[in-house]
Amino acid sequence: MSKFKIAVFIISLVPVTWLVFSLLTDQLGANPIEAITRETGLWALRFLWLTLLITPLHWITGWNKLVSLRRMLGLYVFFYAVLHMLLYLWLDQFFNIDDIIKDIIKRPFITIGFVSFVSLIPLVITSNNAMVKKLGAKKWKKLHRLTYFIATATAVHFYMLVKQDKFEPIIYMVLLLLLFSIRVYKHYQKPRTMASSLS
Amino acid sequence: MNIRKKRLGELPASEVTDLNVYLNRRQFLNGSAALATASLLQSPLVNAAETPEPTFTNLVKGGFELEDKLTKYDSVTTYNNFYEFGTDKASPAILATKFPDKSKPWRVTIEGECDHPGEYDYDDLIRPFTLEERVYRFRCVEGWSMVIPWVGFPLADLIKRAQPNSRAKYVQFTTLYDTEQMPGQNRKVLDWPYVEGLRIDEAMNPLTLLSVGLYGSELLGQNGAPIRLVVPWKYGFKSIKSIVNIRFVEEMPNSAWMKAGPREYGFYSNVNPDVDHPRWSQNRERRIGEFLKRKTEMFNGYEEEVAHLYSGMDLARNF
Repeated sequence: MSKFKIAVFIISLVPVTWLVFSLLTDQLGANPIEAITRETGLWALRFLWLTLLITPLHWITGWNKLVSLRRMLGLYVFFYAVLHMLLYLWLDQFFNIDDIIKDIIKRPFITIGFVSFVSLIPLVITSNNAMVKKLGAKKWKKLHRLTYFIATATAVHFYMLVKQDKFEPIIYMVLLLLLFSIRVYKHYQKPRTMASSLS
Repeated sequence: MNIRKKRLGELPASEVTDLNVYLNRRQFLNGSAALATASLLQSPLVNAAETPEPTFTNLVKGGFELEDKLTKYDSVTTYNNFYEFGTDKASPAILATKFPDKSKPWRVTIEGECDHPGEYDYDDLIRPFTLEERVYRFRCVEGWSMVIPWVGFPLADLIKRAQPNSRAKYVQFTTLYDTEQMPGQNRKVLDWPYVEGLRIDEAMNPLTLLSVGLYGSELLGQNGAPIRLVVPWKYGFKSIKSIVNIRFVEEMPNSAWMKAGPREYGFYSNVNPDVDHPRWSQNRERRIGEFLKRKTEMFNGYEEEVAHLYSGMDLARNF
């Protein structure tokens, strides 16, 4: 791993370190459980947006090192999403399977969040080089376009759970729309044969 | 060698730990840990508040104690929903430190369908009433709860003085609208000013309180200073803060939250574990300071006192 990559690896652990530290030192306010659940979810979302930023940033800057970060950042999405999910299952539902199933079926924002989380799993499983080879680049790329669905679902999940002040989820939606727009723009800029480079 | 063994009685008095210090040793440990944490880490934005010395004296107490443990003063005063000062829990405590502006008199208007309307300065408004301390459970529609020792007087006492007439079916309350003092009102998150309402019999119920303090001291800005409503069997947003207008009306008031989400927030908004918010369950709640969630009780545990108000009503429809 390059020094650059190691640095990004360590920086990506800052949010979780900060959360654990804040939790242990009672810095998360009166409702720390709500705070860590919300924050881990937000960080999963932010890492997903960052992952989607890598490719357009590479187009613009031509800086090849960037591309080497994409997989790692993608795995960090999963890392924070797992924490978020575990906190929900444990500290919100206390692993009560009946309640969890009911909650997932009955609450659209939970349904969407859950589907979004589950959709990450095939991407994580196929994230190593061996799986890329096994699937073939074409199939692999097709599968990993699931990311666009996951990001959209995540944005909707966030929008729906906020009680009244939708400002923050709307900001993330706008950013996502930008990330998508750049891709669409690029797609029509280049001849059709280059379209497969879309990822 | 002759090593002299110390006998119990020989311990010099100066080395005996004072009984009170001994009894409070955990508090001391907690205190020093908290101090160390505070001095090392405390961001200046967070006011980790100590419970102040009570400023209200001779409060009537009786009949309204609970076995539930009180929520820490620090939590009660730093974890607040008061959109007039921002939509996150922490901003009211930060933005309302100087609220209400002491240089401006706080005026409360009582009007509408009553025989004795009037406009009062805050001091004149509360002077006739006997202040009590009452410990109530407080359940937020978001699924968390607290236990708060309020200072106040029954709303019924005020209503009796105002003498509502036969057309007064409801009481409508309005919060101050002042974008300079309440910066959150610059954003139209809700249709300002904040309005709430009660049916007249709900308003007359002995549990319904007009509160001017908590933990024995005057309300802080973030808690709805100088005067607010407390309706313990309803979700917290019904307990409107920083009231400037009380109006007796014939028609059911359209509250700020009913306007914001008529499908999600009804006029009654009674705490009810069986009637879910469309987006989340109301079956359980997280008591602030506790790890496990607890079951939410019907009418927040005040069924005996208020259930008769709703006999024969379909509470799922009249949510």
